[in-house]
Amino acid sequence: MNNLLTASLEWIDARYPLSQQWNEHLAKYYAPKNFNFWYYFGSLAILVLVLQMVTGIFLAGSYKPDATLAFASVEYIMRDVEYGWLIRYMHAIGASFFFIAVYLHMFRALLYGSYRKPRELLWIIGMCIYMALMAESFLGYLLPWGQMSYWGAQVIISLFGAIPYIGEDLAVWVRGDYVISDVTLNRFFAYHVVSMPIILLGLVFVHILALHHVGSNNPDGIEIKKQPKNEKGWYLDGIPFHPYYTVKDIFGVGIFLILFALAIFYAPEMGGYFLEKNNFFPADPMNTPLHIEPLWYFTPFYAILRAIPDKLGGVVAMGASIVVLFFLPWLDRSPVKSIRYKGMVYKLALFLFVVSFFGLGYLGMQAPTPTFTLLSRILSVIYFAFFLLMPFYSVWDKTKPVPERLTD
Amino acid sequence: MKRIIFTLALLLPAMAIASTELHLEKAPTDITDKAALQEGAKLYVNYCMGCHSLNYSRFERVGKDSGMTEDEVKQNLMFTADKIGETMTIAMTKADGVNWFGVAPPDLSVTARSRGVDWIYNYLLAFYVDPARPFGVNNLIFKDVAMPHALWERQGLQKPVYETVTEGGQSHQVIKSLEPVNQADAAKAENYRKDVLNLVTFLEYVGEPAKLERQRLGIWVLIYLVILTIVAYLLKKEYWRDVH
Repeated sequence: MNNLLTASLEWIDARYPLSQQWNEHLAKYYAPKNFNFWYYFGSLAILVLVLQMVTGIFLAGSYKPDATLAFASVEYIMRDVEYGWLIRYMHAIGASFFFIAVYLHMFRALLYGSYRKPRELLWIIGMCIYMALMAESFLGYLLPWGQMSYWGAQVIISLFGAIPYIGEDLAVWVRGDYVISDVTLNRFFAYHVVSMPIILLGLVFVHILALHHVGSNNPDGIEIKKQPKNEKGWYLDGIPFHPYYTVKDIFGVGIFLILFALAIFYAPEMGGYFLEKNNFFPADPMNTPLHIEPLWYFTPFYAILRAIPDKLGGVVAMGASIVVLFFLPWLDRSPVKSIRYKGMVYKLALFLFVVSFFGLGYLGMQAPTPTFTLLSRILSVIYFAFFLLMPFYSVWDKTKPVPERLTD
Repeated sequence: MKRIIFTLALLLPAMAIASTELHLEKAPTDITDKAALQEGAKLYVNYCMGCHSLNYSRFERVGKDSGMTEDEVKQNLMFTADKIGETMTIAMTKADGVNWFGVAPPDLSVTARSRGVDWIYNYLLAFYVDPARPFGVNNLIFKDVAMPHALWERQGLQKPVYETVTEGGQSHQVIKSLEPVNQADAAKAENYRKDVLNLVTFLEYVGEPAKLERQRLGIWVLIYLVILTIVAYLLKKEYWRDVH
């Protein structure tokens, strides 16, 4: 039996680099041994991606991308399809969990400087994934054809209209109509189930290749690949990804799935954060809701958009709030990577950034009032200041010496 | 922890401004109460379904989930439909609805999820006599609603109790509460509250029939996941013994 397996593997290896890939990416991929809580979210994001694809395929089996049938087909899935409610909740709530995982994954990069040299491209590819994910969830949110689906899309697509000269034509081109309509629903369905998943999978693949080329960062921000190797051929502070991190990640998956199941079975609406109340009203093009708000993962950017009194200015600011993240590797000029060795200035700046992000996220859900608009403006300034002043404060900051070896 | 508290403190004034919404009394519903579901379903088909369809709900499922036999469903719920697998549609067209009421009465399949259970509960308790309205009633929760008080036989009528409020030197009258117009209607109040609770329980169930199933199933999924996680933890611990 063993001989047969070995022979089979040899046969495959002569034709496809199976053992080589297994070793390069798992068995002999050396990861720092001190990964902590923050390092679970990469593998968890991949898990959610797979869940979204599988549940999405099942949903597409019963969903109807037709303005007259879409809302009813979702309710049909919720009631008449066997376990349709479970698949639909997994998908809709999975979207929120995807963003939770991705935001924590990105925050990890901020904590430990994972975007710094030589991981600039890794970070940029990651930002592309984040943008693709935002597009994917925006497209998908139109599909249930509720009031928020419809008017949310209406508001966001109309933003294209703010672009000088070509704006209005561009918005019509994107919608395929003068307002969001059946045509828009059809094409959004196509993008959501075909184009974006292909792009996402491609980007995730490249993200992992880039990671395995430069090696993983760690909570100390030390390059373990610069260390000598021990008698087993491992870097001194490295351990092979498989089996050490595969078993560790399975434990992370368990905890994550418990939280996911709690939401699916006991709080699918999560007080309106995961499933908005207003989206249980069918889309009605003749009836504009008083208060249009996106789902929670977009609200920080939505608040920045509304903070600017000028429409074009708002669009530019919202775009800039995401684009600025791409430049992070060059904005941070600190001599150290990890927050462990950074000084009070950076810690304070990061704290203020977190406050501004949560604050904007909250404000983006509220109906605008003069006080809220003022607050949004203050927090928007803090948000941008975190990035734009970073070249200065990261240099002024009093850093601590970085040790040669990992500390835990 | 300090950070969280600080963030909350920062947002506190903002939240105070935001909470100017309508105060709603909580509806003490329990969708596992089959008697309430049955009673609510009967009330619904008798008093509401003339105008409000439940297009996504099927008689058969309602019967099964509320513990009624097929014959009971046919006798108590199905007045115009003849097949038990049919959805709970109505004969009234949208155009008729607009002609008769000004707006087409909405389908109520998912209203418990859009408006909320508490909203419907409070709404059905908040009709009062207002001669200025076409059907002679108005509603505290939904001002100038086009709907007549379909359940008035069961509740009787309520009249507003006014109080004078002085604001910025100007005083005007606002409705403080509602009270029954006479003794006979006052006697119905307690029963009517029960009727409304049953109706709302039924609508909550109709809004998401899978709720009964998911709460039952969820506990088994969680037990499985907890065991899996414990095993995964022990496995991790065993593998990691030689690290450091």
